[in-house]
Amino acid sequence: MEYKKPANLLPIQSGYCSGCLHGLATRLIADVIGEIDQVDNVFHVLPVGCSTLNLKYWRGDMIASAHGRAPAVATGYKRVNPERLVFAYQGDGDLAAIGLAEIMSAANRGENFTVFFLNNQTYGMTGGQMAPTTLIGQKTTTTKQGRDPATTGYPLKMCELISTLEAPYYVARFALNSPKGVTDAKKAIKKAFNYQLEGKGFCFIELLSNCPTNWKLSPLDSLEYMNTNTIPYFVPGVYKDKGVDA
Amino acid sequence: MAKILMQGCEAIAEAAVRGGCRFFAGYPITPQNEIPEYLSSRLLEVGGAYVQGESEVASVNMVYGASAGGARAMTSSSGPGISLKAEGISYLVSASLPAFIVNVSRGGPGLGSIQPAQQDYLQATKALGHGGFKLMVFAPATIQEAVDLAYDAFEYAERDKRPVFMLIDGCLGAIMEQVELPPMKEVTGKETMKINLRRYEDETRGPRTITPIYPEIILENLNKQDVKLYDSWAENDVKVEEFMLEDAEYVVCAYGIAARVAKEAIINLRQEGYKIGMIRPITLNPFPKKSFEKLNYEQVKGIVDIELAIPAQMRDDIALGVKERAPIYEYGRCGGILLDDSDTYNAIKKIIDGGNA
Repeated sequence: MEYKKPANLLPIQSGYCSGCLHGLATRLIADVIGEIDQVDNVFHVLPVGCSTLNLKYWRGDMIASAHGRAPAVATGYKRVNPERLVFAYQGDGDLAAIGLAEIMSAANRGENFTVFFLNNQTYGMTGGQMAPTTLIGQKTTTTKQGRDPATTGYPLKMCELISTLEAPYYVARFALNSPKGVTDAKKAIKKAFNYQLEGKGFCFIELLSNCPTNWKLSPLDSLEYMNTNTIPYFVPGVYKDKGVDA
Repeated sequence: MAKILMQGCEAIAEAAVRGGCRFFAGYPITPQNEIPEYLSSRLLEVGGAYVQGESEVASVNMVYGASAGGARAMTSSSGPGISLKAEGISYLVSASLPAFIVNVSRGGPGLGSIQPAQQDYLQATKALGHGGFKLMVFAPATIQEAVDLAYDAFEYAERDKRPVFMLIDGCLGAIMEQVELPPMKEVTGKETMKINLRRYEDETRGPRTITPIYPEIILENLNKQDVKLYDSWAENDVKVEEFMLEDAEYVVCAYGIAARVAKEAIINLRQEGYKIGMIRPITLNPFPKKSFEKLNYEQVKGIVDIELAIPAQMRDDIALGVKERAPIYEYGRCGGILLDDSDTYNAIKKIIDGGNA
């Protein structure tokens, strides 16, 4: 097997923090875009947050959008360019808080694009505030004693929510803290892109990630934290796959 | 070409389609519903796309995406919805994306009323979003004028790489008038693809990177380019109707539906020997400041600002041209109450006779 640089990645040093899995997700998506020969056809829709950094890393055409609005921007773009491979890449604050209306509505319309949801349970770029996905008891700069469900509710399970909708075609969650999780995620990314190219409709892939900097853990400890805390609550798996269910 | 009878909102929508609009996203709000309703079927006839957004916020961001994708894209709303679109309008400007945005305005602030008003002048001309920017603002007074301006809106938007805004009141949107529709422009649906949207050169970047975020020194330079743009508008793009100014001792300033009521009053007062004229801004941005600067203030004794807004919102812009050479009086109704023609006539007469409304 020939090992190549991801065709959709520019040769630029990553600005993500040490041990952050954003870099891995960025690379996996870039890898697949190259493998399915879509570098000249892809259109990236970027959110607000750490992942806006991908403006520098991905090669193809792209647009940076307002906080939470990536699914709306992708809707507008894809409706007038149905032949393009369009995807949005969003973090948990962007997608599950300020952009909740946009993601649920785009999913419910069955828009024919793909959304990658990086869930690291915090607002990384702004310094580690509570996110809608922050775990119960998890300490952040705005939940200093740990997240208390009495006043802040419970972490939002987006795969579970979106898979209740009729329109979405493929909904799945993977954890990027193990080799198996990474391999499975890459296969799913390719599957979702192929579904889009076949015109199947909305696909949603949640990638469980870490934030060593704001979790105040070493990179290795952050991966273990995911095993003991994140994965038991946000259970990986395929929540909907009309390609298989049908 | 034959004239047909059309409602204001529908005529604007049809003119936009004939001007090349191939994407619309919007959200229901009175009194502009006829625009999305019309376009929901009309755009499909010309190979365009229509989306009913989940909100005003989503709708303007869909326009952001569609404009980035090449289409001449449009959205419309009324005051409360335009407030929600403020985010997306600011991003459109930052990313240099053309678009056409219509406000069929109603009484405010807040949910206000659903009846016609002109209380969004300040929002339209000074503060359509954060970051400090202006859009060209069209304020037609007849449906024909609205059609002609909507037809050309995308040409201005693509020239300036920024949205064009139209401000009408709910009355003009709801009434029907005879209009002559212009011919269909030939478009590919990829018009904005011809525009270089990369606002600064970066060799590492792909061919089409559209961003509303910049390194600070580049952002400062982009902000400075706006000075030139606004100067160019003031020099080249002012549209104004100057009516019976030659011997005028009093000059009414009004736009849109208020100008139509005021014009009737002026014609009636002229028959009684009152020397009155009118300056009617057709573009609110750029504002026709020169029309006020060049008045003969040996002859002009007063300016009367008539609006469907209390307090009058255009007054500060008028004052920049008048430069304290004549008093500025105000008359208007607001909150969704229209100007009555005889009340307006009496109000102007009272100002002239007694120096007050």
